[in-house]
Amino acid sequence: MPHIEVVTHQLAEALNQNSADYIEARLEESQSSYITYRGRELESIGRTTAMGGNIRALVKGGWGFVSFDNLDELPSKVELAVKQARLVGKEESKLAAVEPVVDTVPAKIDKNPVAMPLAEKKQLLDEYNDVIWHTPKLQTSVISYGDSHKKVIFLSSSGSHIEQERADITLRLTAVATEGSEVQQAGLSLGSRGDFSLIQGLRQQVEQMAQHAVELLSAPQVRGGEYTVVLDPVLAGVFVHEAFGHLSESDFVCENDRLRQIMTLGKKFGSSELNIVDSAAIPGLRGSYKYDDEGVPAAKTYLIREGRLAGRLHSRETAAKMKERPTGNARAINYHYPPIVRMTNTYIEPKSASFADIIGDIKEGIYAKNWYGGMTSMEMFTFSAGEAYMIRHGRLAEALRPVVLTGNVFTTLENIDAIGNDLEMNQGGGCGKGEQMPLPVSNGSPHIRICHCLIGGK
Amino acid sequence: MESILGQAKKVAEEAEVFTISSEETPVRFEANRLKHIQGKRSNSVALRIVRQGKIGYAITTGLDSSQKLVDNAVETAQFGMTAKFEFPPLTAYPQVEAYDPDVESVSLEKMIELGEKLIAMIKGHTADIVCEAVVTRGVVSVRIINSRGGQANYRKSIFSLGIEGTLIRDTDMLFVGESENSCHPLLEPKVVAEPVLQQLELARNRASAPSQSLPIVFTPNGVASALIPPLMAAFNGKVVLQGASPIGNRLGQPVFDEKLWLWDDPTIAYRPGSRPCDDEGIPSQRTPLVEQGTVANFLYDLQTAALAHTRSTGNSSRSRGGLPTPSPSAFVIAPGKASFDEMVGDIKEGLVIEQLMGATQGNILGGDFGGNVLLGYKVESGKIVGRVKDTMVSGNVYQILKQITAIGSEAKWVGGFLQIPPLYCPSVSVASK
Repeated sequence: MPHIEVVTHQLAEALNQNSADYIEARLEESQSSYITYRGRELESIGRTTAMGGNIRALVKGGWGFVSFDNLDELPSKVELAVKQARLVGKEESKLAAVEPVVDTVPAKIDKNPVAMPLAEKKQLLDEYNDVIWHTPKLQTSVISYGDSHKKVIFLSSSGSHIEQERADITLRLTAVATEGSEVQQAGLSLGSRGDFSLIQGLRQQVEQMAQHAVELLSAPQVRGGEYTVVLDPVLAGVFVHEAFGHLSESDFVCENDRLRQIMTLGKKFGSSELNIVDSAAIPGLRGSYKYDDEGVPAAKTYLIREGRLAGRLHSRETAAKMKERPTGNARAINYHYPPIVRMTNTYIEPKSASFADIIGDIKEGIYAKNWYGGMTSMEMFTFSAGEAYMIRHGRLAEALRPVVLTGNVFTTLENIDAIGNDLEMNQGGGCGKGEQMPLPVSNGSPHIRICHCLIGGK
Repeated sequence: MESILGQAKKVAEEAEVFTISSEETPVRFEANRLKHIQGKRSNSVALRIVRQGKIGYAITTGLDSSQKLVDNAVETAQFGMTAKFEFPPLTAYPQVEAYDPDVESVSLEKMIELGEKLIAMIKGHTADIVCEAVVTRGVVSVRIINSRGGQANYRKSIFSLGIEGTLIRDTDMLFVGESENSCHPLLEPKVVAEPVLQQLELARNRASAPSQSLPIVFTPNGVASALIPPLMAAFNGKVVLQGASPIGNRLGQPVFDEKLWLWDDPTIAYRPGSRPCDDEGIPSQRTPLVEQGTVANFLYDLQTAALAHTRSTGNSSRSRGGLPTPSPSAFVIAPGKASFDEMVGDIKEGLVIEQLMGATQGNILGGDFGGNVLLGYKVESGKIVGRVKDTMVSGNVYQILKQITAIGSEAKWVGGFLQIPPLYCPSVSVASK
């Protein structure tokens, strides 16, 4: 059985012998484990291993891509990718120039989570499940834990040879409470870049989640309409990801002339307090890395600076087409897919307001916390809160059923009229784009206040 | 495969080997131009064992040694669920047509031409639209063998044609799109182009919706985006067993409008969800779920069925490479009598919903849905007058499907796995700017 290192030399030669404008290869070896509980009983537990790779070739602006689980006959796979690219290419190839890199990047974790005994991981989940089941009126729970460790070797016809390792952990807990035919649920999403200790010691949070599911059974549903809304750092992180992050991914912008006219650098989107950043270069978060899947170094990119459009996320191709600098944002979830422009760690920079300042002068509004999900169509977006409370006369009041919020990127960012001082990064998310999901990312923000935010309801 | 089964039998009472291999060729168009041809091959081997009465499981892409796979399965069996079922012995399977050799012989050139024609038809209507299109052909092969002598194998072909168009005017964005899937080659771009052209026509003007409860006609795409996901969860035998399905204890009771009939059917010829057996080798069957508004069945795999003291409905799926779990193969809602035009004609003021964005991010288990109208139209005095935006539609499927004004006669396949007619609901909550 060949390991991926064994075939790299042969593959590097094959890349150089072909006459495409550019060829790259990614070889990948991964191990993962997962444990899920449904109710009190363990539902499934398993280990997965995978090894494979892909070749991507560019000829006259057209791409060919071949992915495989079998490391045999690599030169013929290179030929096939080039042949496909030739069939497509009719223009000029454009790729932003980057220096070839030769580097090895270890995972930088004390302990590989996949290699830990399953018994140790199970023990933690048992502890959390016990906490959930001690809550009265609770019907059931769902817990799903997953970890992975992978090594990726990147080779390119321009001479890059990068070996990177990374580990990832996700833990999602859901508590379900019922009364008659009424079913309510509350959830908690956690994650880390391979550090198991970050998901330990959270009994109190798990307990609060379970109690919240029960509280929801008697909570009223909000009336639909426009409200002043305060978002906690978790939900504001999802908001910034959905509301603005996806629109900053320039693969969508770069081929669309109309959109390019709208998205000119310097365009005003929000108040001068608003700064939005994407950065894979912050170490230790789930969206962090040293090089992206095209071998481009990670960078810190201001998407919005002082309320104005300041930058966007690029692959080598989109950067060249828009004549901007590459930002190192081309990512693929695994070797079955080519890299596309993606976010990494995306956040709103903190300002000076305290939570008390933010809610103090709200007569009637909604405090929305925690995360269910979010989606965007670029212009319009929705995101949903796992918890919500009325705000009355500057104080938190009764709990509400989970709310779904919606907005329009061209107006909602302008409606942010307070930004808190308490930035927190949430590691529990996974991002989907096209067919590639979930990709490890993190989102963050301080508390923020949005006026005239549309909320669905009865 | 046989050697893995042999090795596993040495250390376990029972064993099952499941392999799936696929070959997929997507041809992608971006910004109205051919951009990317891909060739994807993958295969994986999953081993499930019962050791000391407990289930163990491991999966690999097939390059690992088989001993490693067996060792991983043995390790997980220490903690696994107690197996309550037996693997099926050698069984006869129904004849289900899901493979058409013509799919594999569609050339890349032909696929490129299809995509180009499709885009040209849309551009011919609206010159400044920016389209992404994908033409995909693929073949999937499945083989299952187990220690009780059971074995199954089948091949499936899949061909799909899809397009999404974005039309931008100032900061206003309109998204239109359609896709079609089959086990036969789809060589007529018209089937996908025509619905898109109709969407462009209907969205030409803008209209606004008031914030109040309104009658709504959900098109088949609209039903799929808003109402189906909660139902899929509710009819899942595992959710029922957990006590987390709102209809779990309503078997045989009327829960929905008596016009509603719903079933799961993996035996329809040449549909992407069809197959002769499920992922545990249980023969495919048509399973009624709602008959005349009454809850008729839930969907089960072997283990869940055993725990619930019932039989597997042949709905085991391993979609994410994990252990088998119950899942629908193809949901079918029986069409009714009303034409789409009759339903719209009946509305004084209301909406037609084609796509609800983010509808499933709420409390799906409880039946809630709520989302932003990505594509939907205002109806005034029986006529569609234009597109609505910045509008939220929310509700609960159990309240909404209790009383349906009419079920449409024009059922359509959505995403290859749902065959649904339009549904006309008398009153749904709408909030708008």
